[in-house]
Amino acid sequence: MIAQLRRLGRFVLDKLGRLGRASLFFMDMVIALGAFLFTRPGLVIQQVYSVGVLSLPIIVVSGLFVGMVLGLQGYTNLVDFGAESSLGAVVALSLVQELGPVVSALLYAGRAGSALTAEIGLMKATEQISSMEMMAVDPFQRVIAPRFLAGLIALPLLACIFTAVGILGGYYVAVQQLGVDAGTFWSQMQGRVEWVDDIINGVLVKSIAFSLVANWIAVFEGYDAIPTSEGIGRATTRTVVNTSLAVLGLDFMLTALMFGDK
Amino acid sequence: MIFDGIDLDIPRGRITVIMGPSGTGKTTLLRLIGGQLRPLTGTIDVAGERVHKLSKPDLYRLRKQMGMLFQSGALFSDLSVFENVAFPIREHTRLPETLIRTLVLMKLESVGLRGAWRLMPNQLSGGMARRVALARAIALDPMLIMYDEPFAGQDPISMGVLVKLIRTLNDALGMTSIVVSHDVQEAASIADYIYLIADGRVMEQGTPETLGQAPSAWARQFMQALPDGPVAFHYPAPDYAADLLSGEVQ
Repeated sequence: MIAQLRRLGRFVLDKLGRLGRASLFFMDMVIALGAFLFTRPGLVIQQVYSVGVLSLPIIVVSGLFVGMVLGLQGYTNLVDFGAESSLGAVVALSLVQELGPVVSALLYAGRAGSALTAEIGLMKATEQISSMEMMAVDPFQRVIAPRFLAGLIALPLLACIFTAVGILGGYYVAVQQLGVDAGTFWSQMQGRVEWVDDIINGVLVKSIAFSLVANWIAVFEGYDAIPTSEGIGRATTRTVVNTSLAVLGLDFMLTALMFGDK
Repeated sequence: MIFDGIDLDIPRGRITVIMGPSGTGKTTLLRLIGGQLRPLTGTIDVAGERVHKLSKPDLYRLRKQMGMLFQSGALFSDLSVFENVAFPIREHTRLPETLIRTLVLMKLESVGLRGAWRLMPNQLSGGMARRVALARAIALDPMLIMYDEPFAGQDPISMGVLVKLIRTLNDALGMTSIVVSHDVQEAASIADYIYLIADGRVMEQGTPETLGQAPSAWARQFMQALPDGPVAFHYPAPDYAADLLSGEVQ
């Protein structure tokens, strides 16, 4: 009993310690952001390419398939009620409010977040971070903050692209394959999707919030990783698992706040 | 506790070697001098400045006058040899590109690797990587350079090259060098002064000549690489026969 309590206490203390370190890390990162943002934009652009542009294939292909599945499922269910004309709105609202930001954040965690963690963890394991410090170069300004900011920019853009491609996928299945009228498909979408309530709140606000969490977790796990191959492997796994859980939990809270009173 | 009442003076312009068995905190000592770690008690002064009391900007200002050669070389794997050496120059100066090129080639020439400037770190041998890292460490002409196990895992030729480079660069650039090593012969051959540390204390100190005739059994064991002596061959353990017969798995 005492041993179990001790284990529980150690577990809680360990988690609280990590949360404290992550908070201090976030503060250092924000301070570093202010220091380099206007003097070294090239560092951010380079990283936007790495985490954003290189993530495009998985985002575009996944977006297309998700949209196509939505079109097919939506049609199959709506046609029973003679409501297939609403398919455009169903596809668009599903993607804009939920699937666009959530799925792209989950894919981002797997593709770019894990890569960020592994890269920073390896830099730590091979003493590149230490050597940078000894050269009087702040790793927060040179390595951490540019990657965080690049991710912060990249994920909302990827979510927008995912949503747009998903709508095209839904259009292809609904209109080209299942015979839904193209004019109805687009006009229903135009009539039902609100600019502020759905697009700004859905795609933009949600994906910015997810981006903040996903990139914070990714860079922190890399910096906090035990500098061994096993330690980096575990940190990479933690990035994907923690980001996925955080995104899904945050999604519920944001959805309740944004759409709960409708 | 890693160090207990340790007291070292590193004379300016000399090569001071710190030797001791693995795990005695030699690298920790370098990190303390470089301000990457802070001592719980005691003081560390570099060029008249109390390192562990400095603010971050002041510490970084002091570090611009320090170089450190890490055991692994710690080259940036995504940058070429040229860009690695140019890194501290680009970060801390606003020199034109032609001057940066000249400086980088001069530094690479001094370590014999000017012809390798286009290569990436993964194309270098271990010895070459350390020489490139050395060129990077001296890029800003530091007053103090610290070498963390520079000879570990090197073949005899690379070791000879590194020994020669450390001595030559120290004398040519008028630097102060601290070499942490447990390669007795190589380290002693370039040392002006040696500290032998173990169990968190300075066990012996002196010039290579005086340490060769050191009276203590510990120093003799270390300097002559004897397998047994004050530093026991066996890790502390219960009685051998009793241990075998106890039958305990854990």
